[in-house]
Amino acid sequence: MKTLKNSRALSLHIPEPRFRPGETPDFSSLAISEAGATPRPAVDTQPKDMRELAYGLVRVLNKAGEAVGPWNPNLDPEVLKRGLRTMMLTRVYDDRMYRAQRQGKTSFYMKCTGEEAVSIAQAMVLNHDDMCFPTYRQQGILIARGYPMVQMMDQVYSNSRDPMKGRQLPVMYSSKADGFFTISGNLGTQFTQAVGWAMASALKGDDRIASGYIGDGSTAEGDFHHALTFASVYRAPVILNIVNNQWAISSFQGIAGGEEAPFASRAIGYNLPSLRVDGNDFLAVYAATQWAAERARSDLGATVIEHFTYRAEGHSTSDDPTRYRPAEEAKLWPLGDPIERLKGHLIQLGVWSDDEQQALHAELVEQVRVAGKEAEAHGTLHDGDRPSVKTMFEDVYKDMDWRLVRQRQELGI
Amino acid sequence: MNKPVTAPNAAEAAAPQDAKTGEAAKMNMIQAINSAMDVMLGRDPDVLVFGEDVGYFGGVFRATEGLQKKHGLNRCFDTPIAEAGLIGTAIGMAAYGLRPCVEIQFADYIYPGFDQIVSEAARLRYRSAGDFWCPLTIRSPYGGGIFGGQTHSQSPEALFTHIAGVKTVIPSTPYDAKGLLIAAIEDDDPVVIFEPKRLYNGPFNGDPETPVTPWQKIEGNDVPVGHYTVPLGKARIARPGAEVTVLAYGTMVHVAVAAAEAVGVDAEVVDLRTLAPVDIETIAASVRKTGRCVIVHEATRTSGFGAELSALVQEACFYHLESPIERVTGWDTPYPHAFEWEYFPGQKRVGAALKRVMEA
Repeated sequence: MKTLKNSRALSLHIPEPRFRPGETPDFSSLAISEAGATPRPAVDTQPKDMRELAYGLVRVLNKAGEAVGPWNPNLDPEVLKRGLRTMMLTRVYDDRMYRAQRQGKTSFYMKCTGEEAVSIAQAMVLNHDDMCFPTYRQQGILIARGYPMVQMMDQVYSNSRDPMKGRQLPVMYSSKADGFFTISGNLGTQFTQAVGWAMASALKGDDRIASGYIGDGSTAEGDFHHALTFASVYRAPVILNIVNNQWAISSFQGIAGGEEAPFASRAIGYNLPSLRVDGNDFLAVYAATQWAAERARSDLGATVIEHFTYRAEGHSTSDDPTRYRPAEEAKLWPLGDPIERLKGHLIQLGVWSDDEQQALHAELVEQVRVAGKEAEAHGTLHDGDRPSVKTMFEDVYKDMDWRLVRQRQELGI
Repeated sequence: MNKPVTAPNAAEAAAPQDAKTGEAAKMNMIQAINSAMDVMLGRDPDVLVFGEDVGYFGGVFRATEGLQKKHGLNRCFDTPIAEAGLIGTAIGMAAYGLRPCVEIQFADYIYPGFDQIVSEAARLRYRSAGDFWCPLTIRSPYGGGIFGGQTHSQSPEALFTHIAGVKTVIPSTPYDAKGLLIAAIEDDDPVVIFEPKRLYNGPFNGDPETPVTPWQKIEGNDVPVGHYTVPLGKARIARPGAEVTVLAYGTMVHVAVAAAEAVGVDAEVVDLRTLAPVDIETIAASVRKTGRCVIVHEATRTSGFGAELSALVQEACFYHLESPIERVTGWDTPYPHAFEWEYFPGQKRVGAALKRVMEA
């Protein structure tokens, strides 16, 4: 009997990031399109006629801080300033809550440093009642939509005014009134739910759309693929955002398959239009969201957007990124920082200055400090007032059944 | 050789013949389930029905037959073969405000959707402090007795009773199947209904040699054609008795009744109907009266729902018990194709347990 021979010994490829602690990152070989170079197809373009956008990079702001090319949304300076203020406010908020965790006022915190443009530019494009299905790193949506910062802090502190009544880990907010779906710590589940919500909106002839978010790491979950399948099959009015911040805790995006092809290109097999966008470019995110939202509102279905960005800090307060990546990676990230880049653009436009930037920063620090004091007066995790323990047994079901009634009695409350 | 009485693709079930003319009709369990969805699609524009093969074709067991034609493509449609996908999208729809009623073709296929049920549907209300909730109904045929092998015979109900935030329901008659399903669809929390597929066409006494009598030919099994509910969380007494309490649900209710008659024990058979939250009052009242308890289910024994029932009975009725609580269950093996009747806890095993507790 004939035996087929291997032409070479079999080997297993286990992806490794290019740089580890102690090495100097060099991103010069990263393929990055020039700002303004990527074409902007008409909103009703067939997905098959725009596949190259899944491999490109939509960019608007160039190195000189100018907004260039077909994706330039030509925003009024006041809109740009609002975007800058919201991103800065989010970063100042993150910094304060991070310190609060270090001071023992809460158990856990997650910053979105470096990724502010993704959530905030998008929230500024969407209507207030479009439903977002975020991960734990889109706090910018709530801040952009004017959700009270004190209430966000109350949630992080699990205190007496916590809208989640002390049931959720810090940062797992929920606000139906602000189009912000209750966050799950399970990764990926929200992606199919976003599609379902959008299908419901379409079924009811509603005019609202949905927007789902998932990280580069979680694109490997089945939920990601289910979401794309259902979004494609039923042409759901949903924006499916992949926030590629390069890192899933300690695993670089190659472990999720990002080395083989851009995450955006996964949409192609589903015949969904897909945009790969410079996620640190406020204007690019804004313009891409406008494109996807207009497409959804024209009943043309879903769009996938990969936001190419960088997680500038640890995964959470429980993580130390210097153990698995060079400490200076964030500083050397070739797409810069979204706040610095938008600030540079405003200065280039002649409508902003370093002095104004500093004054605004001081104002926001004070605003967050005042909010922090107010929230701390409502209690922190281990100090001060907590939600009533009695409420622990509520909302498991609409009506409490005998089991919970008895267990509450057993606890003696 | 024993033949399967209800084949997975059995097509004999049709829509109720006299749904428009009479107050009540002769229906088998499939027709009653179909009628529940038909009634709810007609009453509530927020109700919709979907799943694998449920649209034009009407489902592999015909439970959704005619619903798409009558209520439209938007209200009853096919989904991709992705249980996590269809349950996940249903959760998004429920959060929007709809009342999706989805079919998982066999309970054996529900596991890919388990995370969405456990971590999401069950917890939306709690984790958002009532900001979001999930009025979702998941129906799924379960159980053995049809030569379905290990991928078409499982009884995974205990897994769901263990989840805070989900209700678990199992009917044993056409009347209850319709009334419980309507109650589930109208419930504002997620409900998983497992339908005993061996009972779709008629009751089953546990003896595979006995020909099935269709539900339509059994006295007292008329099903109202319109809207009614059977409340969740309430058991029923399937057979009143004085000597021993049998706790059962689904197919095993009928097996237990037949076994009691066969061995001449005056058993009180309690049909739980809802497993979570279980009707502790009815259970405790019966066991306190009889002083004996046998628990019967098809599912594997270890950590099966019988373990919970046994603990509950012991907690509530210890000083009334005159003999140890017995469990008659499926064995702790996967469901074996060729050994259907050695695996299935039939009349013989139930009868033997009844006699043991009477002699103890």
